[in-house]
Amino acid sequence: MNTLALPADGPLRRLSTRLIGGPRLMLFLLLAPPLAWLGIIYLGSLFALLAQSFFSIDEFSGVVVREFSFATYREFLGNPSNHDIVLRTVTMAACVTVACAVIAFPIAYYSVRFAGPRLKALIYLGVMLPLWSSYLVRVYSWKLILAREGIVNWFANALGLGGVLEAVLELPVVGGPSLSTSHLGTFIVFVYIWLPFMILPVIAALERVPASVIEASGDLGARPRETFRRVILPLAFPGIVAGSIFTFSLTLGDYIIPGIIGPSTPYLGQAVYAHQGVAGNIPMAAAFTIVPIVIMGAYLALAKRLGAFDAL
Amino acid sequence: MPSDRHGARPGIALRTAALGGMLFLHVPIAIIVLYAFSSESKSFVFPIPGFTLKWFGVAFQRPDIREALLLSLQVAAVSTIVAMILGTLAAAAVWRSRFFGREAVSLLLILPIALPGIITGIALRAALNLAEIPFSFWTIVIGHATFCIVVVYNNVLARFRRTNRALIEASMDLGADGFQTLRHVILPNIATALLAGGMLAFALSFDEVIVTTFTAGQQSTLPIWMLSELVRPRERPVTNVVAVFVIAVTFVPIVLAFRLTRDTQDVAGSTK
Repeated sequence: MNTLALPADGPLRRLSTRLIGGPRLMLFLLLAPPLAWLGIIYLGSLFALLAQSFFSIDEFSGVVVREFSFATYREFLGNPSNHDIVLRTVTMAACVTVACAVIAFPIAYYSVRFAGPRLKALIYLGVMLPLWSSYLVRVYSWKLILAREGIVNWFANALGLGGVLEAVLELPVVGGPSLSTSHLGTFIVFVYIWLPFMILPVIAALERVPASVIEASGDLGARPRETFRRVILPLAFPGIVAGSIFTFSLTLGDYIIPGIIGPSTPYLGQAVYAHQGVAGNIPMAAAFTIVPIVIMGAYLALAKRLGAFDAL
Repeated sequence: MPSDRHGARPGIALRTAALGGMLFLHVPIAIIVLYAFSSESKSFVFPIPGFTLKWFGVAFQRPDIREALLLSLQVAAVSTIVAMILGTLAAAAVWRSRFFGREAVSLLLILPIALPGIITGIALRAALNLAEIPFSFWTIVIGHATFCIVVVYNNVLARFRRTNRALIEASMDLGADGFQTLRHVILPNIATALLAGGMLAFALSFDEVIVTTFTAGQQSTLPIWMLSELVRPRERPVTNVVAVFVIAVTFVPIVLAFRLTRDTQDVAGSTK
């Protein structure tokens, strides 16, 4: 009879035994590298940035004074044009979020309720590709589309709707000299770029609505429209809130889209970028970044109460 | 929610809205591809006057584009490797044991993509300035790896959660040591999830522009090159060709990630 040879008690095996025998040591070895990376590099940087918002810039020399003061915050809050920037950005983020939800819901609903397995996979991949890739290329495509000699104008004229386009552009606030230099243009591109971030959480939320609940609603005499409004929609709502976290946060922080498409009025991200760049005013840039952090903190707290985290 | 078993057909309004939404998402990408073949070089005139392949040749001859492409590929490769190692370690720790601060660890991992990219970017730049570290290849990698970790972590953790712990116990009971179990049981189990996470991290890094503008200094990755062309256009047809190229390079790993995990319950990429 063959006896199974036990492996020799080599150094590797002894090391393995020590690691398995000491769960704390093992946990430490697993956690130390990722925590060191994120804790030191990422959190360290974040705190260094926030700390700098309490520095101030010397008005005459333009040099950052490394002493604790509220001067930068006083200047930030005292400047009405900063209020406009924050208000404009938050309004845009809210509009973009609502538009994304309205466009995303039918896609998600159709995909979950009516599409066969092949079509479902196709829709899924079709949403995932733009979510993960080609951010800048997709922004660029709108420059082609909205250009004066571009597609939108060509179609509008071909369909005899050139006058309608002109009328839209003459509207106050949203309009402008052309689509690519109007707030409407910025809005369209924001909606386009962040839309996939809304579709996927809504699909996930709809997938989790149990069949029995829908059947029960029907059995109890609700017409399909009522079932939709009073059963499906409320159950899908956490998914919409989860998606809105992304659309809202991403719009707040983006500085590239409004710089490429839209009028030259600044958004939050652009203000941060300008202050840290040419002006070299890191304290003011840091003070500006507090705004999205505070807004997103409040937003996440609200979203948690609405059950959005279970839908993520 | 299951598909409708009572044979109800979707209404015309729903079908139109769903189709319209998907077209809205994809027609612009198709248009970019169309313009890359346009023979008109001065403007974005539509319909395009004629087709040509000329600009593909021109773009591939340009040294600035080739350098940017090479830099992007190198940065993405190195960042992906760092993210795969750190993300897997973190996922293993969170799966393996309950420990004090576990929730805080997950939050810390998600933070770099939950906060707007500009905050990550400017924070890293401010820290690099404070520490007087000059910009280099490695400063770009540091930024990219930081937000790629969570991508690998999410995918691998999802797979770990569906891995039966009894498999590992059985392996140990049968006399395998920890490293043998790792090699013959754990790694084969998480392999496709790890690979899918890596693919997505690669696509994310290859395409990233916001954090990169803050950590790149004078070097340009392909997205940085594109951004400068968007702000100050020089040769539009060349930009169009590069845009198509970026689409192609990022689509491949994403489709692969999807195929790798399609038959499992957690499809890679469902959360970013």
